[in-house]
Amino acid sequence: MSILINHNSRVMTQGITGKTGQFHTRMCRDYANGKACFVAGVNPRKPGENFEGIPVYATVKEAKQQTGANVSVIYVPPPFAAAAIDEAVEAELDLVICITEGIPVRDMILTRYKMQGKKTRLIGPNCPGIITPDEVKIGIMPGYIHKKGRIGVVSRSGTLTYEAVAQLMSLGLGQSTCIGIGGDPVNGLKHLDILQMFNDDDETDAVLMVGEIGGTDEEDCARWVKDHMHKPVVGFIAGVTAPPGKRMGHAGAIISGGKGTAQEKLEVMESCGIRVTRNPAEMGKLLKSVL
Amino acid sequence: MKIHEYQAKEILRKYNVITPKGVACFSVNEAVQAAQQLGGNVWAVKAQIYAGGRGKGGGVKVAKSLDEVRQHASEILNMRLITHQTGPEGQIVHRLFIEQGIQIEKEFYVGMVVDRGQQRVCLMASSEGGMEIEKVAVEAPEKIHKVFIDPITGLSQQQAEEVAQKIGIPKQSLPGAVTLLQGLYQAFDETDASLLEINPLALASEQQVMALDAKMNFDENALFRHPEIVALRDLDEEDPVEIEASKHELSYIPLDGNIGCLVNGAGLAMATMDIIKLYGGNPANFLDVGGGATAEKVTEAFKLMLRNSKLQGILVNIFGGIMKCDVIAQGIVAAARDVQLKVPLVVRLEGTNVDLGKKILADSGLKIISADNMADAAQKAVNAAK
Repeated sequence: MSILINHNSRVMTQGITGKTGQFHTRMCRDYANGKACFVAGVNPRKPGENFEGIPVYATVKEAKQQTGANVSVIYVPPPFAAAAIDEAVEAELDLVICITEGIPVRDMILTRYKMQGKKTRLIGPNCPGIITPDEVKIGIMPGYIHKKGRIGVVSRSGTLTYEAVAQLMSLGLGQSTCIGIGGDPVNGLKHLDILQMFNDDDETDAVLMVGEIGGTDEEDCARWVKDHMHKPVVGFIAGVTAPPGKRMGHAGAIISGGKGTAQEKLEVMESCGIRVTRNPAEMGKLLKSVL
Repeated sequence: MKIHEYQAKEILRKYNVITPKGVACFSVNEAVQAAQQLGGNVWAVKAQIYAGGRGKGGGVKVAKSLDEVRQHASEILNMRLITHQTGPEGQIVHRLFIEQGIQIEKEFYVGMVVDRGQQRVCLMASSEGGMEIEKVAVEAPEKIHKVFIDPITGLSQQQAEEVAQKIGIPKQSLPGAVTLLQGLYQAFDETDASLLEINPLALASEQQVMALDAKMNFDENALFRHPEIVALRDLDEEDPVEIEASKHELSYIPLDGNIGCLVNGAGLAMATMDIIKLYGGNPANFLDVGGGATAEKVTEAFKLMLRNSKLQGILVNIFGGIMKCDVIAQGIVAAARDVQLKVPLVVRLEGTNVDLGKKILADSGLKIISADNMADAAQKAVNAAK
C-alpha cells in the first residue's frame, strides 16, 4: 500500500515551465512509473504548450478535469507559491507537495487558514517531497538511493533524510514511503499526521522519525505514539549543539524562548517509548535493532 | 531581520501606538541638543543596539539635567555593552536614543509571535512588565495571557479589551489599551514581522497607555516586499562574517569550537555539528551551502571558515543528490588550492557520482583525509584537530 502516493497517483507540476520545475519533472518522470504518473503541468500564461509531451494547462482545475490528476507538486517562486497552494486546494486535489523554499510566514498562515475544512493535504513547503520507492517519486530527492521495503521514514530536512535512507540501505532495509515534511514554521502535515498513516499502513513495519530543533511537533507526535502506535518507532533530533536564538538554516529551526531544544525533544520521545540515538551515524542501526 | 528601538517606535506610531517623544542621536552634542529640543527636566538616555537586556548592562540611564544627559551620553556612546543577549564580547554602541522622561504608574508586558502549533499570530500579555517573559513563563505561567488572532478579521475589539482587563489595565484606560493593541497587531501583520515586543508597556500619568520600549524582528522571507524595512538595516549590528555569507547565499553561523563544518542541507549540517561534539570535538560553525552549491560557492565557504583564527580542522560532509559529488570534489580541490589550506581537511562524500568524486580528491595531490561515513568523518576530524 505505502502512504499518500503510489503508482496510481496522477501528478501535475505547478511551475512546470521554470528551470527547477522542468529539471525535477524530468527526473521524476524517469523514475519507476513516472511516465504514467506525471500527466500535466500548469502555467496560466502558457496553456496549450507542452513540456516534453506533458501538456500544460492554464489552471489546476482544468489540468485535473482533463487528465484526472489528483496530486500536485509546486516549484513556483516564493512570492507566488502560497497562491499556487490555494489554487490546488480550491480544485480539491487530494495532495499538494510544495517544494518552494522561502515563502513568507504570513502567506502560509493565510493559506493554512483557508485550508480549514478542505479535503486537500499539504506536504511542505520547503521540503524535498515524498517517494514511494520503485513506484513514484514526487520531489527533488535522488531516486536511486531508495528501494522498496517496509520501513517508513519521516523527516523535516532533505539531505539528512537521504543520509537516513542510505544507512537503512546499507543494512538491507528498503522503505515503504519516505517523506520530508519541510523546515518551515508554518506547514502542512506534521510528524504526527504521518505517523498515524504509517500506523495504519499494512506495508510499513517500523518508522524512522528524524526531527530537528524548533517548535513542538516531535513532542506532540511522541505523546500520540505512546498511546496509539503499535509499531516500533525510532528517532534522531538534529541540533543538540545549536545555540539558542540562532536560526539554523531552516526558518523553523530555531530555539526561541527556551522552547524547542533537541535535548527536550529527545527526553520526551524517550519517555514516550521511542528509542532515540544521539548519534546521526546510527539511525539505521537503531532501527534495525527494534525489528 | 532586526531593527533598533527608535526605528520600531517610528513604525508603531504610524499605527496609533503612543510612545514617549524621542530623538535618535549619533554624538554627545546631538544628544544634548535633542534633550533641549524635547524639553522637560527628565530624559532617558538609551543605547541603541539590537540585543535586549540593555538596562541591566548599563546602557539605559535617566538624566535629570542637561549636564547629566551629556555625562550619560558620553559614557554610553561607544561603550562595549554586554548583555545576556550579546554574549561575552558585547556590542559597541554607535547610536543613542534620547527620550522624554515618563512618570510610570505601572508596567506591563505585551508580545506577538507566530504560534507554530496554532498556525496563527499569538498575542501574549502579562501584568509582569519589565521582566524577561521567559522567566515569567517558567515562574508564573498563569500570569501570561494568550490570544490567537484570526488572520482574516484581525485582533477584535473584544479580544483586545479582555486581555487588557486580565493583565490589570484600569477601566478608564481600556479604550487606549485597545487602540494600542490593535495598532500593534496591524503593524505586525502589515510589516510581516516575526516578533514584536513591548516591554514594558506603561500606564503613565493621566492613565495613558504607552510603549516605553519596542522590539521588532521581521520575516526574512518577506523582505522582498518591504524595501522600507530593508532600508533600516544597520550593518554595524551584524556579524561581518554573516553579512559576507548572506551575499553568497550561504547560511553561516559562527560557534566557539575549532572544527569548521561545510555541509549541504540544514538538517545534515546540524547533525554534523552534533556528531563532532559526540566524538569529543567542538564545531567552529554551522554552514549550509544549500542544494545547488557551485565550485565558487564552496570556495567562498572555505574562505569564510578560514577567517576564524581558532580553526584547527575542517570537515566537509556532502550528501550529493541533485548536487553531484564530482562537481563538489572539484570545488573542494579548487578551494583548497585557492586558499592554500594549512589546516587538516577531512572529506566525506556520499551519493551521486561518489566514486568519481573520491577519485578527484585522491588524484589532486592535496593532503585530504577521506572518510567513508559520518562517524568515520567525525572521528578523523576530531583526531586531526587535536
